[in-house]
Amino acid sequence: MADDPKDEQRSGDEAPEQRAEPELEPSDGPRGQGARPSLDPPSAGPAGEPIRVVSQKERGRMNRRELLKLVPVVAVGAFAIPKFRRPLLDKGLAFSDWASGKLFGRHRLAQTFPDREVAAFDAFPYNFYDVADPGVDLEAWKLTVGGLVQRPGDYSLKQIQALPKVVQNTRHVCVEGWDVIGNFGGARASDFLRVIGADTSARFLETQCADGYYESIDMETMLHPQTLFCYEMYGKPLDRGHGAPLRLQMPTKLGYKQAKYLVSIKVTNVLLGGLRGYWEDQGYSWYGGL
Amino acid sequence: MATGVAAINEKHRADIVVAYEHPLIVRLAHWLNAAALFVMIGSGLRIFLAFPSFGPKIPQENFVNIPRQLTIGGWLGGALQWHFTFMWIFVGSGLMYLVYQIATGHWRQVLFMPRDIKGVWPMARHYFLFGPKPEVEAAYNPLQKLAYTLTVLLGVVSTLTGMVLYKPAQFWWLAWPMGGYHYARIWHFIAMCGFVAFIPGHLIMVAAHGWNNFYSMITGWKRDPEYLG
Repeated sequence: MADDPKDEQRSGDEAPEQRAEPELEPSDGPRGQGARPSLDPPSAGPAGEPIRVVSQKERGRMNRRELLKLVPVVAVGAFAIPKFRRPLLDKGLAFSDWASGKLFGRHRLAQTFPDREVAAFDAFPYNFYDVADPGVDLEAWKLTVGGLVQRPGDYSLKQIQALPKVVQNTRHVCVEGWDVIGNFGGARASDFLRVIGADTSARFLETQCADGYYESIDMETMLHPQTLFCYEMYGKPLDRGHGAPLRLQMPTKLGYKQAKYLVSIKVTNVLLGGLRGYWEDQGYSWYGGL
Repeated sequence: MATGVAAINEKHRADIVVAYEHPLIVRLAHWLNAAALFVMIGSGLRIFLAFPSFGPKIPQENFVNIPRQLTIGGWLGGALQWHFTFMWIFVGSGLMYLVYQIATGHWRQVLFMPRDIKGVWPMARHYFLFGPKPEVEAAYNPLQKLAYTLTVLLGVVSTLTGMVLYKPAQFWWLAWPMGGYHYARIWHFIAMCGFVAFIPGHLIMVAAHGWNNFYSMITGWKRDPEYLG
C-alpha cells in the first residue's frame, strides 16, 4: 500500500478492514519496513531524512543502540580519571614527538632574516633555569667528548673555532611563547662531529652543562646544516649570560633544547636512567622541534 | 470490529513520530570535537599565560590576564601535554566530519552561500527580537548555515595557525603567508576568540529548541519534529 504523505491525517478509529493491510504493526526501527498505523506523517523531512512512527519500546531500543555507538566519545572521559590521566597524556605527547620526528626534514632550512630584522642585542632575553652565570672558568675551559666517537678526549675552543664559521640570523623561539631574531656564529655541528669521528648512525647526542642543566638531541637534528656549536653572538664572543664559551644553537629546536655553557658531549644510542633533558624529565616534549 | 479497532488503538496509542536528523558520524564528530575544543581552549589559555603578550619579551607588556581557574593543565608543561594530545582528537574529528559531508553531498545543506545572506536577518530577528518565524525551507536555516560554516572556518584557521606555532621551520611555507611565527600566534588567539564567541550562542539556541532537539544529537532521532506542525 502506498501512503500518500499529502493525505489528510485520518482519525484513529477508522475500521481496519477498509485498509489494504490487515495487520498494523509499529515500525520496527530505522531499517524497518513495518506498516504505519492510521496517523501518517510524511516519510521524509525537508532534507530527506527518514521519518518513522515507533512504539515507546522500540524507541527505547533505538536510543540504547545509538547510545552504545557513541562509546568512542565516552572513551575520551578516561582523561577525567586521575589514574589514567598521566599514562594517557604521556602517550599523547610521545605520539606527537614521534610524528615530529617523521616530519623533520634534514635539508629543510629554518627561515633566515636580513640584518635589519635582527633584534637589538639588548632586546635578546637571558633565559636560564637556575642562574644566569654559573661562573665558568673561561681560561681553563675545555669540551670533553665521549661515547661512540673515534677521537674522544678534551677539545679546546680554538679547535672548534678553527672549523669554518657559519653566521646566521635566525628566529629563537621559546616554549613560553615569545620569539626573537638573533645573530649567531659558530661551527657547524656536523663538521665538529666529523672531526671527533662521531658515529653519525647513533641516535643521540647527550650534553652536560656548567650549571647542572643537561640535554639530549636526536642525531638527525645534530646533522642539520643550521645546527651550530655556537661561540659568538652579534659578532662578539658569547657573554656569560648567553652561555659562554660554547652553546648549542639550533633554529629547528625550541630554546630549552639549545643547551648553554657546554661542558661535555657524548654520542650514544641509549639515554640512561631516564635522563633525557632537564625540562623533558619534568614533562616537556623531548623532541622539542620547530 | 470494535474489539479489533480498540485493540489496535490501544496498541498504537503511545506511538511516537521520530525523524532521523543526525547520522552517527556527524554525532561522533560533534561530541569528540566539542570535548576536544573544551580542552584545547582550556589548555591553550594556560599556554598563553606563560607569555600573555603579543609584543616583544623585552620590554614585556601583557595583553590580557586570564584567570588561572579557567585553564587546564596546571602549568605550562602540563598544558602542553593536554594540547598536544587533544589536538589529534580535534583535527581527527573535524576531518571526519568534513570528509563525510563532502562524500555524502550533505555539505550542500550546511554551507553558507551568497543566496543565504538575505535570510540571516529575518532569522536573527525571530530569535533575538521576537520577530515572526520565517518559513522552514531547508534542513538548516540561513543563520544556522552561517554559524556552522564559520565554525568550520574557525577550525581550519586554528589548525593551520596551530601547525605553524608547533612547527614554524617545517611548515615555513604556511608560516610565510601568515607573517611568521609571531603573527601566527595572534591569528591562533583570534580563532580561539571566535570559538568562545560562538559557544554561548550555540548553547542558547540548542536550549531554546528544546530537549528533543538536543537529544537528537545524541541518538540521531528527533521526536516530534517541529516542521510536521
